[in-house]
Amino acid sequence: MLQYHYALAMVVQLFPTCLVNEIRPDAGMAVVRVLERVGCEVALPEGLTCCGQPAYNAGFHDEARRVARHTLAVLGATDGAIVVPSGSCCDMLVHQTVELFRDEPAAAEAAQRVASRCREFSQFVAERGGVPGGSLPSRVAYHPSCHLQRGLRVQREPLQLIGGVAGAESVPFDEQHECCGFGGLFSIKNAEISAAMMDRKLTAIEASGANRLVSCDLGCLLHLEGGLRRRGAAIAVQHLAEFLDEAAT
Amino acid sequence: MSSDASGGFAQRAHDALGNRQLHIALDRTTAQLGMRRSTAVASLDNFDGVRDQARAAKMQVLRTLGDSLRRFEEQLIANGAHVHWADTGADANRIIVEIATRTGVRRVAKSKSMVSEETHLNGALEKAGIAVIETDLGEYIVQLANDRPSHIIAPIVHMTREQVGRVMHDRLAVPYSDDTQTLARYARERLREEFLQADMGLSGANFGVVENGTICLVTNEGNGRMVTTLPRVHVALMGIEKLVPTMADLDRFLKLLARSATGQKLTVYTTLIRGPRRAGDECGPEELHVVLLDNGRTNMLAGETAEILGCIRCGACLNACPVYRSVGGHAYGDVYPGPVGAIVTPGLRGLDRFAELPGASSLCGACRDVCPVRLDIPRMLLALRHQAVERTPQPFALRAGLKMFARVATRPRLYRAATALVRRALRARARNGWIAKAPGMASGWTAFRDLRAPAARTFEQQWRERQASRHRG
Repeated sequence: MLQYHYALAMVVQLFPTCLVNEIRPDAGMAVVRVLERVGCEVALPEGLTCCGQPAYNAGFHDEARRVARHTLAVLGATDGAIVVPSGSCCDMLVHQTVELFRDEPAAAEAAQRVASRCREFSQFVAERGGVPGGSLPSRVAYHPSCHLQRGLRVQREPLQLIGGVAGAESVPFDEQHECCGFGGLFSIKNAEISAAMMDRKLTAIEASGANRLVSCDLGCLLHLEGGLRRRGAAIAVQHLAEFLDEAAT
Repeated sequence: MSSDASGGFAQRAHDALGNRQLHIALDRTTAQLGMRRSTAVASLDNFDGVRDQARAAKMQVLRTLGDSLRRFEEQLIANGAHVHWADTGADANRIIVEIATRTGVRRVAKSKSMVSEETHLNGALEKAGIAVIETDLGEYIVQLANDRPSHIIAPIVHMTREQVGRVMHDRLAVPYSDDTQTLARYARERLREEFLQADMGLSGANFGVVENGTICLVTNEGNGRMVTTLPRVHVALMGIEKLVPTMADLDRFLKLLARSATGQKLTVYTTLIRGPRRAGDECGPEELHVVLLDNGRTNMLAGETAEILGCIRCGACLNACPVYRSVGGHAYGDVYPGPVGAIVTPGLRGLDRFAELPGASSLCGACRDVCPVRLDIPRMLLALRHQAVERTPQPFALRAGLKMFARVATRPRLYRAATALVRRALRARARNGWIAKAPGMASGWTAFRDLRAPAARTFEQQWRERQASRHRG
């Protein structure tokens, strides 16, 4: 396998996220390979579980704090950049965890230290100059997930990375920046509204003529992929890392 | 068509989602308003700078609200207005009925006022034998249809023009039309008469300027100007949070409000009221009354959602909200719909009755992005969800599930074992890697979408194998 050699490999910690770990490990392996291609050595901290976002968003702050404390302990024992292949989990670590501990100065400080080390996957890869030399003829509908584009303000990076792949054409679609309706537990508690939002999104994506749907959040992707499958639509659904990995292979 | 808090948000949302007419109407208007807003925002140099200044001014007023209100009252009195304080909606209605009775008012012409919707003023006046007519075109149609507004600035966003045509045909005995010009002409002919006949004009207030006691009203139809100048008594009903410090601040807020609400640089009419008719004035009311309403606002000021009192009621968050755009305003069950309503309604009317509203959001943050005063609506929704968990009953499965989640997710070995069990159970239900029907809470997912079965081997397992093979290699 082709490896790009940097003078010194940069060690990065990977927070794979629970959805990648349990449901789509292929996306995680793609993240690892892409990070290696941009000159990193990937480390997986021992004992990571979940960032606690499901409890936090449901209003169960005590439970969210317990999980966040665990995550901060695990990540706090490591050094260097922490790469998170999810806009919403990364936003949880960068913004919400700090908010969660606002009445506990020591924990808030620990949360702030971890927050300052976190990079969402596309943000990190773009900062490293992108993946050199990939090619993959495709028409890509990129779905900008909400916590990525509005929470972390990561807006151009994923499109830059897709644009860097020879033969890949990014196709715009109607109301591209609107929420897909996933929203974590919202997709179950308010399933009907979530589905109405998803239908608008999928109709727009199908009308765009795209043959791939790419995003940086597995939550949105599982929701949209499940909806596309229910519709019988033949659009391949990939995490950005899987797309970049396929293009570079 | 009309709705209230009965049945719960979920039921009302379900009904709304099945209403095709509603979707045609909502899509047309919210998309158009959203696009106009984007264009108008781009027309102002340094829009974000103006937002920051406006926000700072509003937060300053809210931090010192008691003092600001006292100074505002002094200015109003010096300008010749009568000032009334209302703790509750019922108090405000009683005060206004008393003014009407004392001054022999028989007919009230109203310009648009969300606060009067909040207090149900029309019903109180009618009960006292006083006729009330709404003069904002949208509100007039709401009144004719015996409906309720479903949007802060576009009250009949839920109606198509065909539906409006039928309401006017039925209630005004005019030939049916779905041409908006014709419909507007029907209304204009009726409303002219009403302006001239009314003894009392009732308005809200978009802003109250602390430094000189100015009441500012914006309208596009000029009805605000008519009801505040033609009748002999003018009553302005306003929430106590509507203050801005200075005229310079007002200038900024006007720039933001028109652009955010309707995508205009300025509304067609901006009315500044400093007092009743003075000697030598050719028009204007003989009496000006300002009713300042609390109705739960002071309570909110002390809590985690105090920031929402900075809302200038532009409605931009409604147009941007994918949930509002899916279910419309009536689903929210009270006067203020959309993201702002999901915070204001529990604040004013009690979280117990409206605990579902803060949950009616995917937390996408589109509301925060468009808010002219940068209110952090998602943060407040999260705070209310937390309060709801602390104070109101939660589904057993959710509470037990999340407690279990916290216990397990802090013990990595237990987490591995537990997730392995769940993975195995889900995989047993899968065909070709997909689950078409899941049990329990997950059935909400599979009602509308397939569920990808978990992987046989987790990322962590695959990673470890890869590392081991590298070491061997």
